[in-house]
Amino acid sequence: MGRDQLAFVRKHMLPEAPPPATQTGAVKWLRENLFSSPGNALLTIVSAYVVFQIIVSTAPWFINGVWESPSLTACREILEGKMGGCFAVLTERWNQLLFGFKYPSELYWRPGLAFLLLFIAAAPVLFGKVFPRKMLIFTGLYPFIAYWLIWGGSLLVPVFALLGVLVGAFVYSRMVTVNAGIAVIVAFVAALVFWILSGYVTAPMENVMAIEAVASRDMGGFMINLMLGVVCVSLSLPLGILLALGRQSSMPIIKWICVVFIEFIRGVPLITLLFVANVVLAYFLPPGTNFDLILRVIIMITMFSSAYIAEVIRGGLAALPRGQYEAADSLGLDYAQAMQLIILPQALKISIPGIVNVAVGLFKDTTLVSVISMFDIVGMIRGPILASSEWNGVYWELFGFACVLFFITCYGISQYSQWLERQLRTDHR
Amino acid sequence: MTTMTDPPKASFQLSMLIYDTRYRSYTFQFIALVLLMLLLGYLGANLVNNLAAQGQNISFGFLSSPANYDINQRPIEYDSQSSHLRAAMVGVLNTLIVAVLGCATATVFGVTAGVLRLSPNWLVRKLMAFYVEIFRNIPVLIWILIIFTVMTAVLPSPNQFRGDGADASMFMDAFAFTNRGVYVPAPVWGPGSLVVVLTFLASIIGVFAYRRYATKLLYDTGRLLPMGWPSLVILFVPTILIYFVLGQPISLNYPALKGFNFDGGLHIRGSLIALWFALAIYTGAFIAENVRAGIQAVSKGQTEAAASLGLRPNRIMNLVILPQALRVIIPPLISQYLNLTKNSSLAIAVGYMDVTGTLGGITLNQTGRAIECVLLLMLFYLTISLAISAIMNVYNNSIKLKER
Amino acid sequence: MKKTVFLGALTVAGLAAGASAAATLDDVKARGKLNCGVTTGLVGFAAPDANGVWEGFDVAICRAVAAAVLGDGNAVEFVPTTGKTRFTALASGEIDLLARNTTWTYSRDTDLKFDFVGVNYYDGQGFLVPKSLGVSSAKELDGATVCIQTGTTTELNLADFFRANNISYEPVPIETNAEGQQQYLAGACDTYTTDASGLASTRAAFENPTDHVILPEIISKEPLGPLVRHGDNDWGDIVRWTFYALVAAEEMGITSANIGELSAAAGANPEINRILGTEGELGAMIGLDNEWAKRAIAVGGNYGEIFEKNIGEKTPIGLARGLNAQWTQGGIMYAPPFR
Repeated sequence: MGRDQLAFVRKHMLPEAPPPATQTGAVKWLRENLFSSPGNALLTIVSAYVVFQIIVSTAPWFINGVWESPSLTACREILEGKMGGCFAVLTERWNQLLFGFKYPSELYWRPGLAFLLLFIAAAPVLFGKVFPRKMLIFTGLYPFIAYWLIWGGSLLVPVFALLGVLVGAFVYSRMVTVNAGIAVIVAFVAALVFWILSGYVTAPMENVMAIEAVASRDMGGFMINLMLGVVCVSLSLPLGILLALGRQSSMPIIKWICVVFIEFIRGVPLITLLFVANVVLAYFLPPGTNFDLILRVIIMITMFSSAYIAEVIRGGLAALPRGQYEAADSLGLDYAQAMQLIILPQALKISIPGIVNVAVGLFKDTTLVSVISMFDIVGMIRGPILASSEWNGVYWELFGFACVLFFITCYGISQYSQWLERQLRTDHR
Repeated sequence: MTTMTDPPKASFQLSMLIYDTRYRSYTFQFIALVLLMLLLGYLGANLVNNLAAQGQNISFGFLSSPANYDINQRPIEYDSQSSHLRAAMVGVLNTLIVAVLGCATATVFGVTAGVLRLSPNWLVRKLMAFYVEIFRNIPVLIWILIIFTVMTAVLPSPNQFRGDGADASMFMDAFAFTNRGVYVPAPVWGPGSLVVVLTFLASIIGVFAYRRYATKLLYDTGRLLPMGWPSLVILFVPTILIYFVLGQPISLNYPALKGFNFDGGLHIRGSLIALWFALAIYTGAFIAENVRAGIQAVSKGQTEAAASLGLRPNRIMNLVILPQALRVIIPPLISQYLNLTKNSSLAIAVGYMDVTGTLGGITLNQTGRAIECVLLLMLFYLTISLAISAIMNVYNNSIKLKER
Repeated sequence: MKKTVFLGALTVAGLAAGASAAATLDDVKARGKLNCGVTTGLVGFAAPDANGVWEGFDVAICRAVAAAVLGDGNAVEFVPTTGKTRFTALASGEIDLLARNTTWTYSRDTDLKFDFVGVNYYDGQGFLVPKSLGVSSAKELDGATVCIQTGTTTELNLADFFRANNISYEPVPIETNAEGQQQYLAGACDTYTTDASGLASTRAAFENPTDHVILPEIISKEPLGPLVRHGDNDWGDIVRWTFYALVAAEEMGITSANIGELSAAAGANPEINRILGTEGELGAMIGLDNEWAKRAIAVGGNYGEIFEKNIGEKTPIGLARGLNAQWTQGGIMYAPPFR
């Protein structure tokens, strides 16, 4: 075949054609992400159908929802047999769900304010780069402010508690040059002595600069969950660090005390520890003392979470290269300095995502207190609200509300943890 | 030079207990020990004082006295005349039942969701992410209560199955979903059923033997025997043959309405289902995350290397990715199992009679022996935890990378 | 009190002053509040209303004691307890008095070291069934599913009853009365069993109470009464006689309406005078002033008034007096003489 037999030879380049329709835009995306193979297409169709069914069957429940009605029967009359949620229970009882049924309603602003301040206090810790370091002072003051706002009573009590901490810190800074371990013990004793002495001052001055006091028995609802979560996590952090260091210690007795404590706490369910708080702890306290239940629960949950946090931090300590320890030693730093300046800052940084996970888990576990007849949000739902003759039978609206609250909080925290993880990862590059 | 090598021998001084690192650790340990002893002694003394003041004592004698209460789910023989110890045993078995069921189901949910989260299908990926986030971020207690409410408030009561124009009917005439639980057909073991079971067990061993043989043949000669259908044949054919040869010794007992309840069949109570599924779905969400992390932990180079060796995608998964991923997945998986077992103590919220319900619940209430009961309860959970940790350690050691 | 001062400053969550085993009265006075254990919610006996104010038959006993001791019927801290926590709460001193429809039994009185101060309601365990079930006797309940509150004597009675009659049943343990109610209404159990008074109260809260009946069998004796810790007899006396003052007041015809008039000056009836403190020094014998009983009666009326107001026939709970009528009216409520 000769060259001249060819009918047509293109002499110049064609302009670039746009990619075929199936390879661009939404179609391409659909093809790649939803219908890449017959199996995938089937999967897509099945899941789309399931989603569609769920939406169709629950939509009227939301759309027909009744937001104002004094009771379930009234609500059902309004609905006239249509499917719909009685969200009126939330508008009627929101205060009980959030604050419990005995917290004085005119004082709701106090825990509310404490809750808002929590964000300001937490911000410099969570987003250290964005907020000025000076805000950490407020973070340090926050526990005392929050205590005063929530429980009320004399301002002197939190002030003296704070002074006690300051006394302890002062003593520590003076003693630390001698020996860190001794300094911790002496500082603790000093703070304790200060608190005992200040007890004699605050007790007779109950009404000095006092706002209305609220007994912890009167608290309930989601407030309890938040309080327990925040208090126990913050208390268990220092404890957890100590336990982790103790477990890594070369001193066998200290190591074994920590190991036994950690393994014991991690080996039993939280609910048995709550039983202890509820029914057994009183036997181990001197006759005549009687903590209220919230405090006993705080003690047990703090012990519980400190064991878990200790394990997370231990992981962080173990992940540090051996060289860091040796470098610290070679600089001639003693144990306390090495830990404070070299090891812990790095180890804690590695452990933060783990700690946040423990915190989220712990926050969810605070619902367990409903089992020992405390009226947290689950306790409120199962107890007073579902038992009342007006709202007997409103399950989904109430459980849904609790789910939403927990989801927002926990999802928020875990998103933060993932963000932080990414931040930390880039730091190492 | 010799004078320099001899350090000056300092005589021991009291201050060295604090300042000399050689002795300091002894000082600390001594102080810690003394403090611990003081604390324990203090608590112990308080306990003795309090008990004396209330005229009580610590004694485990109550364990042998009759429990006087009934338990609905009894894996072993038990009635109200049995001892408290036996009631506790029933509870322990019930705990183990829900823990085993929960762990198995959670693994299925978790692995499925974890693998599907990495699926190329966008919708499925998002759905699975939704499942994981929803279940991980809401307390398990709420899930238990929600599923329990579904069980009691949504499903029909046995009464609604009654009559001709009944509101509810049984599924395939064999399964009844009622608000008292689910009734399923129960196997009745006739004479000769043992042989069938033994055959089936032997078949399982046979499958393993065949697979081993096939692998060996592959390595020795390069001949690849089919794996799939022969395994199925070995697994089922002999058992089915024996079953019919012996004249169908195993039959099913179908549940039927009788009196107030369904009778016959296997009754899976609502409380068990609520606890089982809530724990499985909740833990499954965590396992899904572990599985996803495990698969992602295997570097992409491994997949590419395997592909360049000419392995097909499913073989890449089975032979290259999974073995490496499992090393990452299994330790957190086991700790999830541990969590599930511990969370099963929430049974008390739905009245499932696990060990927290019997020993830590009714027995504690009826005898008032709080310290003893809580102590035993903790011991039980501690034993389980330590046993599982021990297994995990053995496993971790066995899969540790053998590095030179 | 040293300990309280110390811990008061130490603890973040605040601290209730403890009740030592020896002098509950002093502790209550020092605290200015009576810690009274009640149920977590049983309409008519003890339940918080929409404003969180506790009301009910058992609550009235708490208020009467608070009025007698502290002079204020509202100086009560109500501590909700479950069947499980109630005894520990009392034993540990968290509460001074347990008024939680608790059955007086031998082992609770002796082994658990409590003192029952009296019986404020003579009760018995019954069964609640839907009318549609067509059951007229508890003995027809063979094979039934029974909802039962755990941690109560009813659980043991139930086991005994079914064993004695040689019939089988399936227990569904539940934690609180509210849950029992839900399960029963959803049909998850055929019958709900607890004290007959509790059943009446539960039934009253139903949408259609008439669709449900309480079976005639009463399978146990359930003398319900307030109890205190064993060992502090002075405190026990105060609670006991406060309760009997309410009972005696009904017998003597002292009501919340006429108590002001009767206590203004000594009247013709010497026992009324002694109770109301217009004659004699009865109050001093239990470490209180002479008007203690007057205050206790004034706060919620006499026993009969409390009964009628909270659980009587005119209330939704609708309990007849029955055994709980005065001994002069054919019942067995009988207060020892005030003398």
